[in-house]
Amino acid sequence: MSDAMQAETITIAGHGGDEIEAYLARPLGEGTHPGVVVIHHMPGYDRETKEIARTFAVRGYAALCPNLFHRYAPGAKSGDAAAAARAAGGVPDEQCVGDVSGAVAHLKGLADANGKVGVIGYCSGGRQTYIVACTLDVDAAVDCYGGGVVVGADQLTPERPVAPIDMTPKLSCALLGLFGAEDANPSPEHVARMEAELTANAKTFEFHSYEGAGHAFFSVDRPNFNLEAAKDGWKQIWAFFGTHLS
Amino acid sequence: MCTYLTSTAPVAGSALGADGWFALGQAVVYFDHPQDAAPEHALCIDFRPGDDSDPSRRVAVELDAASARSLAAQILATLDSEEVRVLTAG
Repeated sequence: MSDAMQAETITIAGHGGDEIEAYLARPLGEGTHPGVVVIHHMPGYDRETKEIARTFAVRGYAALCPNLFHRYAPGAKSGDAAAAARAAGGVPDEQCVGDVSGAVAHLKGLADANGKVGVIGYCSGGRQTYIVACTLDVDAAVDCYGGGVVVGADQLTPERPVAPIDMTPKLSCALLGLFGAEDANPSPEHVARMEAELTANAKTFEFHSYEGAGHAFFSVDRPNFNLEAAKDGWKQIWAFFGTHLS
Repeated sequence: MCTYLTSTAPVAGSALGADGWFALGQAVVYFDHPQDAAPEHALCIDFRPGDDSDPSRRVAVELDAASARSLAAQILATLDSEEVRVLTAG
């Protein structure tokens, strides 16, 4: 398989038709390719997330990461944009879903698309992935330690008005969940609650919780990086997307 | 974990940014993943003009929890000292 790829910043139509920045990494090998929307973590649309997109492209997936913070600071550095989004109250769930919907449409419109699109998100992006998988028509979803899926009514806000766990009946695709057993949010209790809800609704899902790993164990430049969890996590991602997006 | 707890305090004063001093309008406070500091979570403060001007016009600090508590205590202790009380009375 060719590992050649091309990566660049593009503009896509996001929520409400707004033009937003996005990072597209696509394989250059022959044939058709599945797509993956990469939802960045709370620290932003940063170098590390773009590296993840390129990793997918090397493995034969067209990866597109929409900048969910673009509206708050067009053209700004990722850290400044994240701060501006924070100051504005954060990204509303509806707006995120709209932006991801635009990313899915863009991927399906690529000339070499195979028609299948998955979604993966890290940290806050994991929570957003869960919501997207319960809202949009996608083919597979990977929630990497998304906190805030299981929340009480007292944690709902105008920007985040519905607890993602309550959206579970509408989950439309297979879900892979990758969690750290030492994480506080999602805690093992949160993960157990999600498993129970998914089982009760007869959904197709697969969860892996890694002993000794905390939050953000995939992040090679953060203190919680966990080599064994990250290695196995990537293995699970390749197997899962290989099954559902081929 | 990501937290969504963000509080904003109106502040008056000046901050020294990359392009010189600017007038402050607000301080955005949260405890979450930092951009640069070593801890997985940090007490973050963005000192901002308080309007929608250049998003790079801010002064950001990311402190570990113990440092943040120590700083908060020092600020309050300074403001509560008799010398400062006299100067800020009325």
